[in-house]
Amino acid sequence: MSAQPLVVPGQSVRCGEPIAAPTTAGHPYIHASIAGRVLDIGLYPIAGSRSPVPCIVIERGDRDAVWDGYAVQPDASLLSRGAIRQQIAAAGIVGLGGALFPTVEKLDSAGEAPQLLLNGAECEAYICCDDMLLRERAERIVAGGRILRAALGAELCVIAIKTDMPEAGMALLEARDAAADPHIVISTVTAKYPAGGERQLIELVFGREVPAGGLPADIGVICQNVGTAAAVADFFLAGRPLISRVVTITGGGIARPRNIEARIGTPIADLVELAGGYAGTPERLVMGGPMMGIALSDDSLPISAATNCVIAATMGELGEASAELPCIRCGLCVEACPAALMPQELLKAVRDENTARLETLGVSECIECGACDYACPSHIRLAGRFHAGKQMLATTQLSRQQANVARARFEARNRRLAAESHAQPENAVDHEALQALLARRRQRDPEKAD
Amino acid sequence: MMRIVILALLPAIAVSAWFYGPGVFFNTIVAVIVALGTEAIALRLRGKPVTATLSDGSAIVAAMLFAFSLPPLCPWWVTASGMVFAIGLVKHAYGGLGYNLFNPAMAGYVLVLVSFPDLMTGWPAPDIGDLDYQRPGFAATLQYCLTGQFPDALTLDAITRATTLDSVREGLGAMRTMTEIRMNPVFGDFGGAGWEWVNNFVAMGGGALLLLGIIRWHTPAGVLGGLLGMAGFFWILDPEVSASPGLHLFSGGAMLGTFFIATDPVSSPTTARGRLIYGAGIGMLTYIIRSWGSYADGVAFAVLLMNMAVPLIERWTRPRIYGRPA
Repeated sequence: MSAQPLVVPGQSVRCGEPIAAPTTAGHPYIHASIAGRVLDIGLYPIAGSRSPVPCIVIERGDRDAVWDGYAVQPDASLLSRGAIRQQIAAAGIVGLGGALFPTVEKLDSAGEAPQLLLNGAECEAYICCDDMLLRERAERIVAGGRILRAALGAELCVIAIKTDMPEAGMALLEARDAAADPHIVISTVTAKYPAGGERQLIELVFGREVPAGGLPADIGVICQNVGTAAAVADFFLAGRPLISRVVTITGGGIARPRNIEARIGTPIADLVELAGGYAGTPERLVMGGPMMGIALSDDSLPISAATNCVIAATMGELGEASAELPCIRCGLCVEACPAALMPQELLKAVRDENTARLETLGVSECIECGACDYACPSHIRLAGRFHAGKQMLATTQLSRQQANVARARFEARNRRLAAESHAQPENAVDHEALQALLARRRQRDPEKAD
Repeated sequence: MMRIVILALLPAIAVSAWFYGPGVFFNTIVAVIVALGTEAIALRLRGKPVTATLSDGSAIVAAMLFAFSLPPLCPWWVTASGMVFAIGLVKHAYGGLGYNLFNPAMAGYVLVLVSFPDLMTGWPAPDIGDLDYQRPGFAATLQYCLTGQFPDALTLDAITRATTLDSVREGLGAMRTMTEIRMNPVFGDFGGAGWEWVNNFVAMGGGALLLLGIIRWHTPAGVLGGLLGMAGFFWILDPEVSASPGLHLFSGGAMLGTFFIATDPVSSPTTARGRLIYGAGIGMLTYIIRSWGSYADGVAFAVLLMNMAVPLIERWTRPRIYGRPA
């Protein structure tokens, strides 16, 4: 178990009350997102996870029962780094960009004097929860950015948005001017997909690449989603831990697409209802964007902190799979790839299961953004195959590693056996003992001995 | 996509037929029929869907480009053998569309060029009005195409004329100057009379493909740069012993190679840098073969030679992967 429940079934909880504490790294504190009674603690399916995950089920009770155990701290950015980080951990804040990695651990991974980058450049079409958050709560994002900057000891807090977000840009400018903090910098990047991908955004903003297999922290950059910054501000300025997030409910199959600030754990069906219900005949339910989203089995699943967008797509809306044609090496995928890979060569390597070639061609640097799929005139589904290629490579590397261990063990055994057989002739003690034995016998029975 | 390529080539085919007679159409028809037949058989043998693949249009494009390169007076079996080789061996034996190393149209053309050198000279003088020579009519051309024989009064030698590039080659070989060579009425303003118009229309078709985004500019720029660079350099050194850049550009298969052959994606590199190198190689090799080789035109050979270099070019020009050291 990655977390320890702090409540038992039957117990009543208030909204915002801590209900689970992490037991291992990589997991956050969990707070009750509504007030009510704990019904069950067990494994339940949630949106975006293939297998059921540990959940605490709460039945809604008194709406006004709010836990007030966290103090409001308007001067949070004056606190020590350690104090801020400790409280961010207590607030259960995780990366709301989708990774759900505890924010405190990301902050702890930073070296000295890093750069703080707040990512407001949403990656995919359809998703606009960050855009809406920037428009409506820009002052919270700026406030959260200032606290995160203090927690890092960063020189600057760069907030990145895209050129196609003018309203968000205006709101952000106003909020920055109101805050009068010269350390807040607004950077506007191209709206070309996948500019909002962490590595691509760092390259666009700082002109530097994150080394292959490394983390942004390796080049002194800590990247946080703008939603995460707002959650930090909510905690320090309103005493509210992470219990909600903004979710985009959209697609041709939704009557009135909109962004909703939703409590974590809300069933998707409730959010769809708030968005006017279904319209027409939705064919597919997707969590995330059209390029990298995950199909959802049904709308009874509850959202997690990673649920940035739910798309109810109508027939053909997401460019449903047409038949694949042969690759004619047109090179459009090479032009499209943000990681500068050669997808058409990778495709061949995946088909040949040539792991050495997969490694040379850099399959592990594929961010699976699907830009190549979109560019391909032959409708070849490339990114999915590269995902398989990564696993192929990982399996080979694992079995190579295991083979190395087995060989090392085998060689060690051989050495040991060789050492033992060498030791045999030198085993003079036994010879002497034998001689001594024979001598004794001779003494006892001289005739028989010869 | 393939349909647009076909449409872009049609005006040039019409202009070619205007200057060189109906043989252009006969060649095209024979090539397309044989190409589709060969492709159907190859697909059947390989156990692949026949009609779905035939309708991708790639075999038709290859056939039209191949036929466009052939002399207008050409017996059907020459066309057919080139097409069977191009589609059956060059394309399908290597795995079909997307897997062939060589451009099928050019490989087919080179096969018939080296196999039937005598039959590959059937270029009538262009019909530009001021040349006094006997032209084969529709019936005579068709008879030659089907039987390899002319009606009694005609012979191939009587009808055909040396192409512009042949004239340059022979003239320079006979130590004549370019000024003397150009006195021959087969020359036009830049290249050969007729030839330059055909090349104009091919270039226009190519321009349309560029504007429509069917092809990218890198390969054509490379070919033109390579050819013009070489031709310009030697022409500036001595314009009397080297054909002008204009003549090189508007003669033979220069424009076809630039816009329709070298841009075949399957047999070219995939990176922008790779395509510039590939194109430049074709342009330079074309000039080298035309000037110092034993064939008058060198586009087909240049393309095949650079096809061989594609894996190497791909290796050289592989982009530096994000986050990896150079």
